[in-house]
Amino acid sequence: MNLDPLTVDSARTAVQEKAITATALAEAFYQKIEGEDGAIGAYLTLCREHAYQQAAYIDALADKGDALPPLAGVPIAVKDVFATKGVRTTAGSKILANFLAPYDATAVQRLEAAGAVVLGKTNCDEFAMGSSNENSGFHPVRNPHDHSRVPGGSSGGSAAAVAAGMAVASIGSDTGGSIRQPAALCGVVGLKPTYGRVSRYGLIAFASSLDHVGPFGKTVKDVALMLQCIAGRDPMDSTSANVPVPNYLDHVGKPLAGIRIGVPKEYFGEGLDREVRAAVDSAIQELARAECEIVPISMPHTEYAIPTYYVVATAEASSNLARYDGVRYGIRSRESKTLQEMYRRTRDAGLGTEVKRRIMLGTYALSAGYYDAYYLKAQRVRSLLARDFNGAFAKVDAIVTPTTPTAAFKLGEKVDDPLAMYLADIYTVTANLAGVPGISVPCGKTREGLPIGIQILGRHFDEAMVLRVAHVVEHAMAPTVNPLSTSPKAGA
Amino acid sequence: MITEKDVLYVAELANLELTEEERARMLKDLNSILGHIDRLNELDTSKVEPMAQVASGEASAMCPDEPRPSLPRIAAMRNAPATDGIFFKVPKVIER
Repeated sequence: MNLDPLTVDSARTAVQEKAITATALAEAFYQKIEGEDGAIGAYLTLCREHAYQQAAYIDALADKGDALPPLAGVPIAVKDVFATKGVRTTAGSKILANFLAPYDATAVQRLEAAGAVVLGKTNCDEFAMGSSNENSGFHPVRNPHDHSRVPGGSSGGSAAAVAAGMAVASIGSDTGGSIRQPAALCGVVGLKPTYGRVSRYGLIAFASSLDHVGPFGKTVKDVALMLQCIAGRDPMDSTSANVPVPNYLDHVGKPLAGIRIGVPKEYFGEGLDREVRAAVDSAIQELARAECEIVPISMPHTEYAIPTYYVVATAEASSNLARYDGVRYGIRSRESKTLQEMYRRTRDAGLGTEVKRRIMLGTYALSAGYYDAYYLKAQRVRSLLARDFNGAFAKVDAIVTPTTPTAAFKLGEKVDDPLAMYLADIYTVTANLAGVPGISVPCGKTREGLPIGIQILGRHFDEAMVLRVAHVVEHAMAPTVNPLSTSPKAGA
Repeated sequence: MITEKDVLYVAELANLELTEEERARMLKDLNSILGHIDRLNELDTSKVEPMAQVASGEASAMCPDEPRPSLPRIAAMRNAPATDGIFFKVPKVIER
């Protein structure tokens, strides 16, 4: 069976109609992972026993002839920042190399309740801090389209697994672009929902006012199906919102006539690659052809998003990551004589360079005498960035921008320059700061064959509009984009 | 500009030791990033409130105050690097 064309819908239908059992499907995926993941590195942990147990349960339901749940038998991957009961959960960090989560994250629990088969945990930048997956405490991930290039980050493993056909769909987390940026670089669809739309219970925290949970898929429809299962209020997460969840599939495929699409000039300035710009421009032309009204807009504070983000995100991270001290879980430095020494040596040995850099920056920004100058200042500018969005959404129904300034870059290209790496998220961090939903959809390829993504942003809790616009882009650009045609080139 | 002394002080606050090499690298990187962050001062924000809530009004912070079973101790202790089965064990806290 050729696994590459499988979508959430077709995989579930195959299981429902008994063209294949969920067990055989999981086996086929594990075989593919064994054969191909050595060259990619998308997975950190495979949970075969767990997966086969779930598959057997689905097969038993199918045998009884019962109607199957919406993701029945669909093999998925879960970023290693989600707690999975009894399965190793590392957040890509050596400090949690031996951590077995004692409970399931709500997103994982809901996907499994919907019948999904979790194949394993995917590689990511340590504690989701990075834009290339090179900050993984274990090994980097390679882009399935070109093994000498990065898959993006921090959810690089979740994006690469779907792009390489080693999972039908996956979930990731997005604090500054960590779903949308790797989706763009790997040629798949990735959605960051509204702040509060999806529960974060069991998500290992990075920056609590910016962390979001969302799905990856090969198609917009798949992403809508995944979102449908994980969205909605969760009593275990007080930041999850009490807002009704619409039926997203009702909106995917709706015509766009009369919809107003904003194009903010600040996202098309200096630093945007020519080929990326051309691909995004042609997608915008397709939206015009679909009878959208294209509205030039301005979001004047956009250039301040990256500095704002790196104050807020690191300040919150320095607080969230204080818990990794060797006392309750994870590794512990054994030679220490005092508690203080144990904290320091454990953290020194267990945390990587980028994580330490961000803890240092955040601690500095929160330290006595600097709180007003950095953290409070950044939160004020964040209000201005949110106002830019409010102003824009008074005039338009959705905003389109490039997802990233360039296509996938080479491994090693930016590792020595943290600021250059941070700028890879220049178009994505704004949505985290304002809490608005955003999706990345493939909209073409560079001459070298590297995928290009277009980002569509919507109003708070209007994922339906984001998906609706994304679906039209996906279908208009289909002749040039096939997320499944990943002919991997040998690494350079 | 932050100095070597600042790096040492902040590392202490953050419970990080940092090697000599890491400290030098940190000094260079933090100054480069803070230089970029200083651009925020181009904006007059004296009349702007700091953002305190991301999607305001829609999240309900109130929930019924009902006791629920929590994680059993045995499950919570399973990942402990050192335990006597009831408590976490750590090196001594106060030096005499």
